[in-house]
Amino acid sequence: MSQSTQVSKIDVATIRQDFPILDRKVNGYPLVYFDNAATAQTPKQVMDAIVDYYSNYNANIHRGVHALSQEATDKYEQARIKIQRHFNAEHAHEIIMTSGTTHGINLVANGFSSLLKEGDEILVSAMEHHSNIVPWQMLAEKTGARLKVIPMDEKGELVLSEYRNLISDRTKLVFVNHVSNALGTVNPIQEIIDIAHAAGAAVLIDGAQASPHIKANVQALDVDFYVVSAHKMCGPTGVGMLYGKQEWLEKLPPYQGGGEMIATVSFEKTTYAGLPHKFEAGTPNICGGIAFGAALDYMNAIGFEEIAAYEEELLHYATSKLKEIEGVKIYGEASEKTAVISFNVNGLHPYDIGTLLDKMGIAVRTGHHCAQPVMDFFKIPGTVRASFAFYNTKEEIDTFMEALKKALMMLQ
Amino acid sequence: MTIQEKQNEVIDEFAMFDDWMQRYEYMIELGKSLPLIDEKYKIEENLIKGCQSKVWVHAELDGDRLLFTADSDAIITKGIVAILIRVFSDQHPSQIIDADTQFIDEIGLKEHLSPTRANGLVSMIKQLKMYALAYQTQLN
Repeated sequence: MSQSTQVSKIDVATIRQDFPILDRKVNGYPLVYFDNAATAQTPKQVMDAIVDYYSNYNANIHRGVHALSQEATDKYEQARIKIQRHFNAEHAHEIIMTSGTTHGINLVANGFSSLLKEGDEILVSAMEHHSNIVPWQMLAEKTGARLKVIPMDEKGELVLSEYRNLISDRTKLVFVNHVSNALGTVNPIQEIIDIAHAAGAAVLIDGAQASPHIKANVQALDVDFYVVSAHKMCGPTGVGMLYGKQEWLEKLPPYQGGGEMIATVSFEKTTYAGLPHKFEAGTPNICGGIAFGAALDYMNAIGFEEIAAYEEELLHYATSKLKEIEGVKIYGEASEKTAVISFNVNGLHPYDIGTLLDKMGIAVRTGHHCAQPVMDFFKIPGTVRASFAFYNTKEEIDTFMEALKKALMMLQ
Repeated sequence: MTIQEKQNEVIDEFAMFDDWMQRYEYMIELGKSLPLIDEKYKIEENLIKGCQSKVWVHAELDGDRLLFTADSDAIITKGIVAILIRVFSDQHPSQIIDADTQFIDEIGLKEHLSPTRANGLVSMIKQLKMYALAYQTQLN
């Protein structure tokens, strides 16, 4: 138990008081929420920011001369600076507010459609979420560029030697997730970025799954684009950020036309606004952006190192407990992974296990996790995925194991 | 037996159980009694969309009665489709078209009736009724 004293920096009992939802019951049982990789729960501090916005200074931003508009603009731009600092971007205008990771990826993919030509190549990894496959397929179709796949191995790790073979001076873009949503693998993105840059290719890293666990330093990584969603990091849904290096953001054409993104408009010619507004057409999710800032404050106050250490302990505890159950097969055993366990038991359908766990108040994900190529690789229809957050406990893992055993008894 | 009588029979059976576990255990048992679809009908066209698990349903006429066979790769889904088929199979298509599905609620499986539920119970019912509609026109 010496390990648990080591991580007592996380005061989980106090933290749990920040999350009212954790007190509720589901189907008569206390909720055990292990679907954090899909969306994280929201602390009161973030809800307070939302209520404060609508109670005190709800207004449209950037254009109004009145006090509320000025306050809202200030708070929204402060949030952008919080995001900039969190990810250590050089400039605040390199942070583009989006509706989430998918929006960020599409914005970049769309921008590259005017920069790519036939014969160019795009590399994606074999463990991508559909949102990081489909936009590139669409881009390849539009431009005549070719999409190539960096393969993975049985452990759920990317085969870097194959990546080195695939990359060439034809490669213009490389897209890899920082952490796989289906397997939890932490990809060696620094190496991936360095190799891409040596070949002259730009790199987009999908940080959606990494962001709740790892604080990415975009300058140190020298990454060209990094995208996240706020709702994975205790923020609200419908908001996220795209980090792009200034030189790239200047090169890419605007994604959507509208208000906010222009400097001057006449019917003959429109000139676009500077960064970041060039990519932020229309009224943004103002409250969401401010709440995203509040979520970053909340998580940083706890500390990402502390969060990572605690979650790793939960992961090891759950993994060893799960392995005690006969017939369990865990998918994704990378040496570096976040607190995600994807598994199946004795050929049972994940849906059956998930349904019975739900009857016992336990929220897990079942299915292909929007990563069908990963499921095809393992030749399975899907997995049960339990994903942990810093507000989860070992006691909840014990509850989960008991419920799982009960479910298996019923199904076998 | 009419559809209504069969539904009442199922309701009575489920009324014996005190908790969800017993209900689900029984449903899993019922899945084992499902009239299995012939392997040759396990094709794309017979797959019901909207399910996280795979469900195949096949229908054929026997005189003026419609017979259903089915299968699923998930045990609970198999139980659900078994209950539906027990109620709807071997009936006249017009009876199937007109039947209500209130009994699902009464046997404590209400949560499966939500159209957003990944098991596709709603899609299954819709599919059975579509078959009935198609064969009804054939009978006319």
